[in-house]
Amino acid sequence: MDHFLHDLKSHQEKLLNALLQVDRLTAKEILTYPYPGASALQVVENLVVPVLEQVGLGWEKGSYSLSQVYMSGRICEELVDLILPPSHTSRLSQPKMAIATLEDYHVLGKRIVYSTLRASGFEIENYGQMTTEELAERATSDQTQILLISVLMLPSALRVKALRDQLRKKGSRVKIVVGGAPFRFDPLLWREVGADAFGETASEAVHLVHTIIQEMQCPPQLLPLSNAY
Amino acid sequence: MPPSTFTPLQRVLTTLSQQEPDRVPLFLLLTMHGAQELGLSLKSYFSKAENVVEGQLTLQKKYQHDNLYGFFYAALEVEAFGGETIFVEDGPPNAGEPIITRPEDILALEPPRVKDSPCLHKVLQAQQMLKEKTGDTIPIIGVVMSPFSLPVMQMGFASYLDLIYERPDLFERLMKVNQTFCVEWANAQLTAGATAICYFDPVSSSTIVTREQYLRTGYAAACQTLKHIQGPTATHFASGRCLPIVQDVAQTGTAIIGVSADEDLTELKRAAQGRLSLLGNLNGIQMRRWSAADAEAAVKQAIAAAGRGGGFILSDNHGEIPYQVPEATLMAVVEAVHRWGKYPLDWLDA
Repeated sequence: MDHFLHDLKSHQEKLLNALLQVDRLTAKEILTYPYPGASALQVVENLVVPVLEQVGLGWEKGSYSLSQVYMSGRICEELVDLILPPSHTSRLSQPKMAIATLEDYHVLGKRIVYSTLRASGFEIENYGQMTTEELAERATSDQTQILLISVLMLPSALRVKALRDQLRKKGSRVKIVVGGAPFRFDPLLWREVGADAFGETASEAVHLVHTIIQEMQCPPQLLPLSNAY
Repeated sequence: MPPSTFTPLQRVLTTLSQQEPDRVPLFLLLTMHGAQELGLSLKSYFSKAENVVEGQLTLQKKYQHDNLYGFFYAALEVEAFGGETIFVEDGPPNAGEPIITRPEDILALEPPRVKDSPCLHKVLQAQQMLKEKTGDTIPIIGVVMSPFSLPVMQMGFASYLDLIYERPDLFERLMKVNQTFCVEWANAQLTAGATAICYFDPVSSSTIVTREQYLRTGYAAACQTLKHIQGPTATHFASGRCLPIVQDVAQTGTAIIGVSADEDLTELKRAAQGRLSLLGNLNGIQMRRWSAADAEAAVKQAIAAAGRGGGFILSDNHGEIPYQVPEATLMAVVEAVHRWGKYPLDWLDA
């Protein structure tokens, strides 16, 4: 593990370059290398998560493109499935999470967040495209604890309010995390529709999910991070 | 106020020649508000050319803006390819299930002929009627999806990105099919009465692809396509960023670039260097909650950044104002343009 951490910056740079070049083979060599003393989860947490975060930040700043964000997430998702399979105990001990597009036919954003979360070691159910009623019903019956919603169109973003109302009526206390262009262009919108958090990028969604899980494990009033979203 | 000696068309042509007309031209790219004016659902509104004509003329009479929008909705092009459109009550219609479900489908894909597509005929009919009613006084804007951006609706965005990276052979074939359709569709609109064609190309934006990718893909497609379109074009990135590629866009032969609220208008104007005119960049999503004062501030800021010397048309940043933006806000935008957009812009020196 010490050796792995000592050379971490170099590993991260190599992985970043491989992902930006869509070089699957090099990315696979870096991620599947048997680093002495480092567990699969440590490789994911120290290598994949920060590099994907860097790609996301680069997109936010305009240095990288959405296609690079998408391909990086997809490659990492495939490779992390190799080293940290869905049945891995680290994935199984998480709260129940799901992602959906709400009354919206644009699914790329959801795909990117889904890949990034899975590549970061989370297990998450993909509900696909759903209407407000379908999503409220499904999230309630599944007892979903964290629900991520991706939209591209403004009318779809506005539907989150009705979704939240329906979820609460059904007794669900699920945390709603939203993302997508309408929320980026109007920073007040996520609060208006009653979401619990807004993620500007897929990597930010990873941070938000971490924070929510921490809060679920510890009362919010004891956590200074509770104001982070 | 005294009537202007400029018609909207003269105003727009003057600014496109990098000179100052009587005031900053205003494009209100309203596709759906006509339905509200006529008290119709969006599905019903778009079912007849006559509705769109009445809607556009009513809106122009009300807001006195400098364009008519001969655009119905983007999914219409996929309809021509055999796809379906899904209507919602308060937003633009969406394309339904992809017509390309696996990459190999592209081998059998043929460009639809405009003459065989009733859905496209409605648009042509509307543009023809608008032209008959307004002559050469106001620009009628037609729209095409770029060959490079249409596949998002033809096959879904994720599958399309996979295709670009993994199947360059099929990507090339898809571009050829889409180029053939795009050119025929654009020229049919120009023949029907459109003054110019807005070439929507969001996938080429720097939000989606890098400049290097753009030069290999969207830029190449634009160069191949625009040279066959027999009229002026505006390239629009539908809220996507374009600052890193402004010079490249100028090389494609387009006259106008639709710019995003995500980027600084002053920098964009500098980058355009008088080779392109700017169209933008009011934030259409935020516009929904603007007060009259917010609208005035946004208009003033945009004019201050890009108005001087012409080469600027004030508009929203997406190429379509959301259905939810109220009449009072649109009116506040119009009033602010009339107040702060009169040339010369002496107030900037005060």
